[in-house]
Amino acid sequence: MLRWLGRNALRAYTGLALIYLLLPIFIVALFSFNDPVGKTNYSWVGFTLDHWVNLFAIPGLLDSVVTSIRIALISTLIATTLGTLAALALVRYQFRGRPATSLFIFLPLATPEIILGASLLTLFVAIGKPPFFPLNEFTILIAHITFNISYVIVTVRARLAGFDRRLEEAAADLGADGWQTFWRVTFPLILPGIAAAGLLAFSLSIDDFVITNFTAGRTTTFPMFVWGSARVGVPPQVNAIGTIFFVVAVSAVAIGSILQRRRA
Amino acid sequence: MIAFLRRRPGLLPLLLLAPAIVWLVAFYVYPAIQMLQASLWSGTLESGFTFSLANAATYPEALGRYSDQFLRSILYAAVSTLLCLALAFPLAYTIAYRAGRFRTVLLFIVIAPFFTSFLLRVLAWKTVLGDDGFLLGPLKSIGLLPEEFRILATPAAVIFGISYNFFPFMVLPIYVSLEKIDRRLVEAAKDLYAGPIRAFQRVTLPLALPGVFAGSLLVFIPAMGDFVNAELLGSVQTRLIGNVIQSRFLVNNDYPTAAALSFMLMAGILAAVFIYARVLGTDELESGIG
Repeated sequence: MLRWLGRNALRAYTGLALIYLLLPIFIVALFSFNDPVGKTNYSWVGFTLDHWVNLFAIPGLLDSVVTSIRIALISTLIATTLGTLAALALVRYQFRGRPATSLFIFLPLATPEIILGASLLTLFVAIGKPPFFPLNEFTILIAHITFNISYVIVTVRARLAGFDRRLEEAAADLGADGWQTFWRVTFPLILPGIAAAGLLAFSLSIDDFVITNFTAGRTTTFPMFVWGSARVGVPPQVNAIGTIFFVVAVSAVAIGSILQRRRA
Repeated sequence: MIAFLRRRPGLLPLLLLAPAIVWLVAFYVYPAIQMLQASLWSGTLESGFTFSLANAATYPEALGRYSDQFLRSILYAAVSTLLCLALAFPLAYTIAYRAGRFRTVLLFIVIAPFFTSFLLRVLAWKTVLGDDGFLLGPLKSIGLLPEEFRILATPAAVIFGISYNFFPFMVLPIYVSLEKIDRRLVEAAKDLYAGPIRAFQRVTLPLALPGVFAGSLLVFIPAMGDFVNAELLGSVQTRLIGNVIQSRFLVNNDYPTAAALSFMLMAGILAAVFIYARVLGTDELESGIG
């Protein structure tokens, strides 16, 4: 009896927890179809497809999305390259100071975003005497690469941990040199881990608000656009863009895991 | 180059690490030092800042002026962490032991919120928790709640928002440590006549503690730095230290005070992380992120 109750209470609770997790995502999508009166989009009025048809009718919205995608692509590329190299070093080699290096790499992840953003802001202000180092897309990029490097290292390293080094030894036994072994054996095997890290870096960059807020100056990324419009009322088009981002991200993850399953 | 490395194989890992480490020193460590320096500045953004150790008085001044916000941040972060823990443990337990073939799907749903924009998620709760929203509207119209009852703009809304946004950071490490437990230990406890509750208390719970600690740290840290939830869901009475830092930096251009507050916050948090890493290591923490 007690066990039956326990099992079903747990089941009911899990259902509620899932609703709790998914409700905001549903609300974001739902309100992209709302037809609000006035500027605020907080209560349901009626169904319309207008905002999807006129997706970029809001001035500045398209620019902000393009800026966000550009920053996310470049920061992902650089952070994934630097991070993968470092992860290889940490997994494959024993050297003095390795535990300290691991802890050091972890620190940016354990620092609140507001501190990362604020300290970069003081750096940029201190570099230039008045009128100061200009805050723009370039400074956002530096900030995003900084937090993404640690995320990439941690992710790639976790994926590399189960790597079977005998495969490389086999390649060497078959006469491959170090370079060939790396590109023909090692790299294809660690590629899914690198791709996962890249996907994480991209989604962190495209959604970052807090650090961007400190390093953006007048540059408007998509989250900065949302923040700016939150005061006066977020247009439903913003919800539509958020929904598109969600669908794209989920599809990317799903395709990735299907591809990996097929390889395995 | 390659021939040189072949003669000195010890250099290769350093070479691989160098770009990332140099980057982090330049844009993580150095800015932190710069922030310490900025906390000892005086002057204004227009006329320029001058550095002097005599400006150390900024610290006690800032602490005295914003002690309310500091204490509120600690309180909200602590309550949010406990709330997350209470909500996350049963979910992590279900995913680890009861989910069967739905395990992957459930884990995916746990991280699904991260695929929606952070700000839009917070704004969605503003919609749900609104004074006449989905939740309160119906309850008010059938008379279960008084007309003036509200959640938005109260501490509860801010704590709720913080808990929601950092909830996955609590679920994942607990799940990982539960999943690692050898279930035969629980069977052994039952063979020794422990009931299910006692077996949970004496075997499962102690072994899950590393995940609980890791999750708590991963929720507490970003909660201490929050200003978005406080700004969008709260009111003037719920301002946190993050709001003060944000507005001192970006609205008032009061760099010395803002830098001093940031530096105190960072020092406190990094001290906690160092102690944690010395005692428990960083493996569980990373499981919540990677």
